[in-house]
Amino acid sequence: MPLKLDISGSFVRAGLSGEIDHHSAKPLREEIDSAIIRVQPELLELDFSAVSFMDSSGIGLIMGRCRLMEEHGGSVRICGASGHLKKVLKLSGIDRIAAVETAKTKEVPHETAE
Amino acid sequence: MKPLNEMKLTFDSRSSNEAFARTAVAAFAAPLDPLMDELCDIKTAVSEAVTNCIVHAYGESGIGKIHITARIYPSRRLWIKIRDSGCGIEDIKQAMQPAYSGDQSGERAGLGFSIMCSFTDRVRVSSRPGQGTTVILEKILSER
Repeated sequence: MPLKLDISGSFVRAGLSGEIDHHSAKPLREEIDSAIIRVQPELLELDFSAVSFMDSSGIGLIMGRCRLMEEHGGSVRICGASGHLKKVLKLSGIDRIAAVETAKTKEVPHETAE
Repeated sequence: MKPLNEMKLTFDSRSSNEAFARTAVAAFAAPLDPLMDELCDIKTAVSEAVTNCIVHAYGESGIGKIHITARIYPSRRLWIKIRDSGCGIEDIKQAMQPAYSGDQSGERAGLGFSIMCSFTDRVRVSSRPGQGTTVILEKILSER
């Protein structure tokens, strides 16, 4: 199952996984949308931490959900994107319509100068 | 210049082949031992070009053939040609405009060409309405 939905109150968390392209985006979109329409959440969180590949279809997926959430005054938060996904998100300028929390980069241990 | 290696693929414009196409090109490039980041760039750019063939070139007319030729040239230059015989592009300049999408569903970001341009070193597009579209992507891989 490439999608894990957690619904609590007016918060929907969608944990995406695997590869997101034009082919895989359609079933994801349909399942997320049915939850949005049912719950009308204040916040939809899209968690990309288990996504291994994403092309611009992922951006289309986010944009479409932002539009649907706006209809009832809700907002979208994106989290867990790392590495290559961050690059695709940055190029798209999606942060203008959704809050983006990128995955924390591993802290490099402090080197002490001798 | 003579390529050091070449492969050709022909497959149906079915969306399930998007993953196949980008994975096949990545596997062809693998002997060059590209950086993980470079491999992701190649996969994403190929995915965009192939998705364009499926969504735009053949979208309304059904299933057609997509042809990919990939070559490795000296100095670690990867050359990829993606060709379809679909509807063609009337205005290439407009199609390459960031955030422009010919799709009306609102589910396409219109970033296909932007991603191809920023994730590779050179993008060439030739097309004529009714005559299909050819996209050539080139990427110079870093020395290992």
